[in-house]
Formats: sequence, C-alpha cells, structure tokens
Amino acid sequence: MRRAYWGLLAAVSSPAWAADAPAAPASPPVNVEAIVMFLLFVALTLGITYWAAKRTHNATDFYAAGRGITGLQNGLAIAGDYMSAASFLGIAALVYVNGFYGLVYSVGWLVGWPIILFLIAERLRNLGKYTFADVAAFRLQGGPIRIMAALSSLIVVIFYLIGQMVGAGQLLHALVPQVGYMAAVIIVGVLMIIYVTFGGMKATTWVQIIKAGLLLGGATIMAVAVLAKFGFSFEALFAEAVKIHPKHDAIMHSFTPIGGKPNPLESISLGLTLMFGTAGLPHILMRFFTVGDAKAARSSVLFSTCFIGYFYILIFIIGFGAIVMVTGNPDFIDPVTHALRGGGNMPAVWLAQAVGGDLFLGFIAAVAFATILAVVSGLTLAGASAISHDFYANVWAKGRASEQTEVAVSKIATLGLGVIAVVLGIIFEKFNVAYIVGLTFSIAASSNFPVLVMAMFWKGLTTRGALAGGYAGLLGSVLLIIIGPTVWVKVLGNAAPIFPFDFPTIVTLPLAVFLAWVVSITDNSASAAREKDAFDDQYVRSQTGLGAEGAASH
Amino acid sequence: MGTAQFQRVRSNPLFKELCAERDRLAWILSAILLVIYFGWVLLVAFGQDFLAQSLWPGSVATIGFPIGVGVILSAIILTGIYVWRANTRFDDLTQKLLRESR
Repeated sequence: MRRAYWGLLAAVSSPAWAADAPAAPASPPVNVEAIVMFLLFVALTLGITYWAAKRTHNATDFYAAGRGITGLQNGLAIAGDYMSAASFLGIAALVYVNGFYGLVYSVGWLVGWPIILFLIAERLRNLGKYTFADVAAFRLQGGPIRIMAALSSLIVVIFYLIGQMVGAGQLLHALVPQVGYMAAVIIVGVLMIIYVTFGGMKATTWVQIIKAGLLLGGATIMAVAVLAKFGFSFEALFAEAVKIHPKHDAIMHSFTPIGGKPNPLESISLGLTLMFGTAGLPHILMRFFTVGDAKAARSSVLFSTCFIGYFYILIFIIGFGAIVMVTGNPDFIDPVTHALRGGGNMPAVWLAQAVGGDLFLGFIAAVAFATILAVVSGLTLAGASAISHDFYANVWAKGRASEQTEVAVSKIATLGLGVIAVVLGIIFEKFNVAYIVGLTFSIAASSNFPVLVMAMFWKGLTTRGALAGGYAGLLGSVLLIIIGPTVWVKVLGNAAPIFPFDFPTIVTLPLAVFLAWVVSITDNSASAAREKDAFDDQYVRSQTGLGAEGAASH
Repeated sequence: MGTAQFQRVRSNPLFKELCAERDRLAWILSAILLVIYFGWVLLVAFGQDFLAQSLWPGSVATIGFPIGVGVILSAIILTGIYVWRANTRFDDLTQKLLRESR
C-alpha cells in the first residue's frame, strides 16, 4: 500500500513525470493553438488585474477583496484553489493506470469540505479579519500564537508552491517543448507577482474564478464527448475499457492500486490527512474572509463542494475515456520509449486531442497552465498575508502599523515569495517532490486544524496549550515525514523507514490535541484565567456574528 | 457593540437554543460523514470481494461504482442539509436574538 500511495501522490502532485519524460522528438511542431489560447488567458487576466488594481484602496480590499465576493463566486474560487493541475492531470492519470482506484482516491479529497462547513466556515468568518491566525489570536496572546500560525502557514505555502512550480515547468515543457523548464517557471513567477501585488485578493479571486469556469467547462465537454461515444452508457464504456486496458478486469475489481496491498491503518491515516488537512490550508481558509457575512461563507462551501464533487466524477469519466481512446494510439506514444508522450501525467491532455483535435488540445493545455498560475497566486497571497498581517503588523509593530505600510509590506513579501518560489522551482527540477503534498496536508491537519477548532470550541484552551499542540503537530509531522518511507528511504536512500507510514496524521493529530489539552488544563497562570473568561464573548461573536468584520462600505 | 450587549445576548434563552440546535446538527452531520467515509475506507481495505461483485448478472460495472459515487454525493447532500437548515432556521433565530438583545 505504501508504495502504491506514493505512486499516486507522485501522479497527483504532478512532479513525477520528469523521470519518465525523455526529451521530445528532434523537432516537435510548435503547439500554436495552446500558445494563442494561453496568451488570450494572460491578456484577460492582466486586464482583470488592471481593473482590480484601480479598485484596491485599503487593506480590506487587498487581503479580502473588500469582502464583496458573493457565495457563488467564492465557491467557484475555492473549488478553483482545490482543482489544481495536479488533481486534474494527476487523478485522470491515476484512473488511466489503475482504473477504479482513481475514484476511491478522489473520494478522500472531497470529504474535508462538509467538515469545513459544519465546524469552521461561519465561525471563521465571524471571528477573523484577514488570516486564520486572527481567529486563534482572538482571545489568546497574539504574539506567540501568530508566530506559530504564520510559521506553519508559511511552511505549508512554500512547500505547496514548490510542487506547483515544478509541475508548471514540466507541464509547459512537455506541451511546448520550445519553452524551457526554467523559462516556464519564471513566466509563472512573474505573472503571479503581477496579479498579487497590483490586484491583491480581487485579482487573485477573479483569475481563480475564470480558470475554474474554463476548467469545469473543458472537463464537461471531454466527459460528454466520451460518454456520447458510448451512447451515454457507463456499462459500454467500462466494457470497452476492460477490453483495451492491459490489465483488463483488474481495473474494475481492484479498489487499491493494482498490485498493492491495503493497510487499514495507513488508509485511515491518509483519510485523516485529507479530511482535516483541507480544513487547515491557509490559502483556502483565507477565502472565507472575502465574503460579506457568515451566510455567504456557508453557501460558498455548498457551491464549492458541488463543483469539486462534480469535477471528480468528470475526471473519472475522462480517465476511462483516455483508457479507451489514448491507449495504443500511435499519435500519443513516444516512438523511442513506447511510453506515453510527454510523461505519465498526460492522458487527459491527449484525450483532449482525441476528442476535439488540435484546437481543443490547445484549449485544455492552456487551461492546465492557467490552473497552476491561479493556484500559485492564491498561495502566494496567503503566504504574504502571514508575513505582513501576522508577523509584521501584529507581532513586530504590535498593531500600530498603518494600513498603507501593512499592504506595502505584503507586496514586498509577495515579491520575495515569488522569487523564492522561482528559485526553489528551479532547484527542485530534478528532485522527486512527490512527498510535498503529503507534507503540506499533514502539517495543516496536525497543526492549523486542531488549534483552530479548539480555539473556537473549547473554553479551556490557553495560549500555552495552543502553542504546545500547534508546535507538536508542526514539528511532529515534519520529523515523522523525514524518517518515514518517502524521505528516509526514497530521498535519503536508507534501506528501511524508521516510521512506517507516509502520512503521520494518525499519530500527530491526536498528539497535538492531547498536548493542547494537557498543557491547557495544567495552566494556572493569571493570563490563562483571562483567556478562559474571554471565551464567552468570543463564543457570542462566533455564533451570532455580533461585532464581526463587516462588508466594505464602498 | 460592547460587553453589555454580549452579556444580554448570552443571557437570552434564544442564544442557548441557537447554539444547542446548531451544534447538535453540526456534530450529528459530522459523525454521519465520518461513519460514511471511514466505512468506505474500511470497506476498500477489507471488503474488496463485496465491492468487486457485478452490479447485475454479467455486468462489467461493479457494486463499488454506485457506492463510490454515493460517497461523493453524500458529502454534497450533507452540506445541502446543513445549509438548508441554517438558512431556514438558524438565521431567523439569530436575527430575532440580535433584535431582542440590542
């Protein structure tokens, strides 16, 4: 099971295809359609950035799009953050290779959303201002709590960025071989910096909304084209796929990666990671501050859950379509290696050509690239906010910084993060960065999530308790991932892992909750007593929205 | 807005009613989701033979297909239930509570 999970994460987090993507044929044709479509997307998004820049006057505009985003728009943007190129190309590739297992796998990515709705969304909106650290710091000591929350946000953001940048470089290089890996990474970095520094959250949100619309539209066309070929009968599609797929029946009968053995504990740990990690991702949590009130926060989750669930069903159909139409088609096979052209993550892209020719291939390729651009922008804004709003304005300047300075710091931070992302993207080109998605989700599930939920629900939580739990989750997941199979064995080359699972959440999440509890109940300090007293007013605000940050007046 | 108003909200019986009802629904729906999802995870781990049965005699599609899609749909349905209940009941209760506690 372990090997299998990494196989799938390799596919899903997109970077693994470098290894099996040899140089393209001598002089590949220029993919004109893809380039034109992508330039159109860039022109449109730069136009939006110009529009957004003229409407971004203060910190609320910059961080939270003036709180003027509607529930439906926010639902699309959140879904867009979640539907990365990795899940579009990676899960389709997973279905292409393993059949049914792709559906089993994608289920895990959806079940975090209801949890966000039931436990977090409305309370987060009622208590916070710009970052989720606002909520944890509401009644606890702002300084140390924000340092911890911002630190874990930054670690999540930077590692997530590495995965996206490496994916962008490899994708663009595979689609348009004339563009080098490094050039692709730099293009992404520059565009993302422009969107975020000039247009702030408004531009970032609208770029994400447009991309989500294009991706859902494109995927719908592909899935319908596949089903139409089989008279809209799943049975006919499955039957044909079983006939064509080299592993035949196994694609319908194997609910784990073909050849893998299920390990229930490991499966449960993966489940916990996906379910609660989603609820701790800083760039997702930040989107809940862009809507007008708790009601809109609530409806955003319903919309995003619908879009994401629909998307995964489309991906499943697309993967089976690729089994039928891409397998064995000489157009898509590398004449030298006999592997899939462009690497293992390309089935969805080649299916686009099979159903819609060069024009549609260009469209899907441009959408896949736009997807990376949009996700990277949201991540960078979340990271920059942790630096400017938490570190600078609240910890360093102790809340006395002016809004203008805070936003200026945020823009400088964006520039810095952009440069870091480009540099790391280039450094990690040849590395297998597949473990990164697991790392980010594990940290989010073991550090951000328990601190956030306990701060909102448990009166007894004190600053010391939150710090103990949060740091234990953060350091524990980093340590266990390092001595786990992925890094210890695959990256460092040791024979056997010290910790048996890829995903440490089954250990680190309970550990974080336990430590936060023990340290809180034994904390008899005067400040702890004050923090417990302050819970009552926080509770009223979280439940009713009384005193919550309002929508912008303009 | 001030501590006095928070005090009035807290002492209003509607506040207790609102919190109790909403928290109960949230935890019940969370529990249902956990049971469905981890039930699915365990079924995948231990019940592969069950999942791999044909959906009807001779079909290529297996029982696992509708169940897997069902788990996805159940996540959507559970969020739908919460939003419907919140829009029709909790929002009214909150409005009334805030009006009474001004």
